[in-house]
Amino acid sequence: MLFTVLTGLITSSLLVPFGKIIKTKWSILLPVIPITLFLFFLWHVPVVANGTNVMQHLPWVPTLGVNFDFRLDGLSLLFALLITGIGTAIFFYGRSYLKGHVYFDRFFAYLLLFMSAMLGLVLANNILTLFVFWELTSISSFFLIGFNNDSKESRKSAITALSITGLGGFFLLAGLVLAGNIANTFIISELFAQHDKLVSHPLYPLIVGLVFIGAFTKSAQFPFHFWLPGAMKAPTPVSAYLHSATMVKAGIYLLARFTPVLGSTDLWNTTLMVVGGVTMVYAAIHALFRTDLKSILAYSTISALGILTFLLGVGTREAIIATSVFILVHALYKATLFMVTGIIDHETHTRDITKLSGLRNVLMPVFIAALLAALSSAGLPLSFGFIGKDLIYEATLHYEENWALWLTTLAVITNVGLVAAGFMAGIKPFTGKLPQKFEQVHLPYKSMWIPPLILAALGFIFGIFPGITGDYFNHQTANAIAGENTDMQLKIWHGFNTVLILSLATLAIGTVVYLFNKPSEAKLKAIERLNKISPERIMMSFGQGIKRFSVLYTNNIHNGYLRSYHLKIILFAELLLAYKLWLGGPIQIDYENLTPLSWYEVGIVAILIGALYIVVTTKSRLTSVVSTSVIGYCICLLFVFYSAPDLAMTQFTIDTLTTVLFVLVLYKLPPFINFVRREILIRDAIVALLFGIIISLIALRVLYEPNKTEISDFYGENVYLLAKGKNVVNTILVDFRGIDTMFETVVLAIAALGVYSLIKLRLKSSEKE
Amino acid sequence: MKSAILQTATRYLLPILLLFSFFLLLRGHYYPGGGFVGGLVASIAFVLHSFANGTENTMKILRYKPLSLIPIGLAILTVSATLPLLFGLPPMTGLWLEEPIPVIGMIGSALFFDIGVYLVVIGVVLTILFTIALND
Amino acid sequence: MELLLILILGLLFAGGVYLILRRSMVKLLLGIILWGNGANILIFVLGKITKGSPPVIDEAYKVFQDIYADPIPQALILTAIVISFGLTSFAIVLLKRVYALVDSDDLDDLNTPEEEDI
Repeated sequence: MLFTVLTGLITSSLLVPFGKIIKTKWSILLPVIPITLFLFFLWHVPVVANGTNVMQHLPWVPTLGVNFDFRLDGLSLLFALLITGIGTAIFFYGRSYLKGHVYFDRFFAYLLLFMSAMLGLVLANNILTLFVFWELTSISSFFLIGFNNDSKESRKSAITALSITGLGGFFLLAGLVLAGNIANTFIISELFAQHDKLVSHPLYPLIVGLVFIGAFTKSAQFPFHFWLPGAMKAPTPVSAYLHSATMVKAGIYLLARFTPVLGSTDLWNTTLMVVGGVTMVYAAIHALFRTDLKSILAYSTISALGILTFLLGVGTREAIIATSVFILVHALYKATLFMVTGIIDHETHTRDITKLSGLRNVLMPVFIAALLAALSSAGLPLSFGFIGKDLIYEATLHYEENWALWLTTLAVITNVGLVAAGFMAGIKPFTGKLPQKFEQVHLPYKSMWIPPLILAALGFIFGIFPGITGDYFNHQTANAIAGENTDMQLKIWHGFNTVLILSLATLAIGTVVYLFNKPSEAKLKAIERLNKISPERIMMSFGQGIKRFSVLYTNNIHNGYLRSYHLKIILFAELLLAYKLWLGGPIQIDYENLTPLSWYEVGIVAILIGALYIVVTTKSRLTSVVSTSVIGYCICLLFVFYSAPDLAMTQFTIDTLTTVLFVLVLYKLPPFINFVRREILIRDAIVALLFGIIISLIALRVLYEPNKTEISDFYGENVYLLAKGKNVVNTILVDFRGIDTMFETVVLAIAALGVYSLIKLRLKSSEKE
Repeated sequence: MKSAILQTATRYLLPILLLFSFFLLLRGHYYPGGGFVGGLVASIAFVLHSFANGTENTMKILRYKPLSLIPIGLAILTVSATLPLLFGLPPMTGLWLEEPIPVIGMIGSALFFDIGVYLVVIGVVLTILFTIALND
Repeated sequence: MELLLILILGLLFAGGVYLILRRSMVKLLLGIILWGNGANILIFVLGKITKGSPPVIDEAYKVFQDIYADPIPQALILTAIVISFGLTSFAIVLLKRVYALVDSDDLDDLNTPEEEDI
């Protein structure tokens, strides 16, 4: 199964060097990939329909428990088929839609990347792998939304989408890792057995909350829904593929996938019902007031996602069956409607339904596709949508008695909205009189209108023969969601009962709403005004606040003055060290063990302190350099007194060379400038002294600690026996720790090369001038 | 800084200091000294010479660019570190000749290691100082 | 003597900090050198300091006969001194080059705030 994920990724990266070729007629090769993958998954259908799960395990980072574990069960298979099947349609469609576009190759690279990420997501059996692919879908979606990168709106939408879904991803990761740690496994199929342990754990509400945020952001549930309408800035094939049929369903997939792991609790079910319920009604009503075709479809998509969330929340067997069916129903008709919209946009250059009419005269096959899709979305008997709608009503009607009525009412309202929205998008542009300006409109390439037609037709084929999908796909999907075997028989005719009446009533009311609701600019404006307090606004002002804060922060902390950084860093270090010292209690000094003083040492120390004072206060450059070297020589003498001849020699020579270097370079520089105010000097002096005192105190504290000399003793005892040396320091350098010395010389060599090139570089640039 | 006294002095100081630096290098394993100090003393000898006679003249004495000493030194270091591998021993194992050689004393891979350090130090110091001096 | 050394290293660190907080690049560099010296003494003090007995075995023997100064801090400091020379020389040349380019030793002159970025 790994290859199904990798094929797309590899091809996607191959498009970078071979992009030019794929822009020519060779672009016909592109759809071969989704078709192949589609056939591969189709070939697995009979296996999975028997209830077998296909597994694959490949170690990746085994020590961290991150592996390529793949598992194909009913739920994964349904999604994999959707991804590759609709992918195939989109690839054909997109090839024509974007023909001749400058970034044609780039588009397909992103699309392939997305397809692989999505496949990886639905096939992953390891929650960390799942997360990686989850994020990958967000990123590829970001690129696709921002595909028209010269449009400011596009860029903004892309960033909004990325920040919402990306942020959700973080929450998801936290939730998944928590769950994985509690259950002690990162393998999803092993998590199923841990359901009771997870549900009874005190952190369970937190895990559920985190996972929900992840799923809701991805699937555009209220209040995170607003990125989806913005995402419609993407080219239409992308909207059809990512933002209706596949990616936004990733959140639903996640919820469905984790229902057997985390579900069947009040918290789980109630939250999903509330959030899904709010989203579906809110978005369905919103859709009615839109005038932009894509906008209508975006809101109806949100509404449909709301229904799916809602159904998962209802959580009864019927609801789960309804979920599995509705995922497929919605993907089929929504992808079709989007593609139809794309064709209309492509040919007439407008998506405003107040301006579009009568297109059936010129775009007949497209109209058929749109009509079929709209009818399926409306749930006309014989369509697959009808079955879906039936199942939804069945699920709500058979819920606990007190609530069944309310839930059904919500479902009816939503569906009425969806019926009307579907008609607005699928029928409205084609009916009525054809305006003159659209008379020149002609049918696009076959590859653009055949895919939607096929998808729309499938919506009816599945509707007429529900047994096919029921036995082969939805049954196992429902089993996977429920985590147990469910009975299920999709039927086209359930008898004359409440459900049927509700279905027909929905259809009728929806039609009425469609006929009487005339979307217009004015109504849109009114709705827009309501949006002032929408989550989007809150999010935006939050974003603005962060921006203001960062400007303030940058101006104060990151102001570009090196010494101001130094000051802050040093102050912080002082605070930390002082706190740590304070924690350690009083400092004791062991006067007995101190080495006695002699007068010449005191003399040297006095010279050193004097030189230090000169370095700090002098205005002359030369004086300060010379005084620094005096300090070095004093230290050198101290080394001599205290049994470190090697150090003394090295310090002496290095000090000499450093001074020579300074003199060589500095004699040209101007004298020190000093226009700092006195207060600042005093402030710096206090900070500096404080730092010195703290370091001294630390040294005092360490001095009192008993000296550990095991390592020194080892070197001392073995220096001749093992390394045949008698100078321990030198032997440590060239033998015991020889590798360190070797790399030290390498560092020196790099410094020398740096100096050499810095100086030569200057010569070259001045030569150019 | 061209003074006759210094010029005359460096004529004798250069070989003496170089000899001293070599002495420091060789005895480093047994007495204070070693590759670092030796290399630094040798560099100081050349720097002194360049102060008295001008960097160009010092470069003439050196014949080769000091930069070329760095790779030679690093190569010696690497060889002396990896030589034990040829005898099937872990790298950096000290290898020694059985008998001491007159004047120099015991010869072993540690000595070569020190020579490598010595050469790298001279190369680095002289490269830095001479490139600065020559480009002013 | 330890106390005196601790006093010195404290002063060296203080002087280093003071110079690092100045505007001049040369002073910054001198400050770093002072810090380096202070750190060396710090390491030196933390091993036990001993008078008149370097960590070198007497010619006639193969192991130490007497107490000897702790060799590890010495090896560490030796490395530090040499490396700090590399650092200093590179910094000096960098300073020289900056001076050649902007004709100033003032760190503030290196700031080129790009207004449009803010």
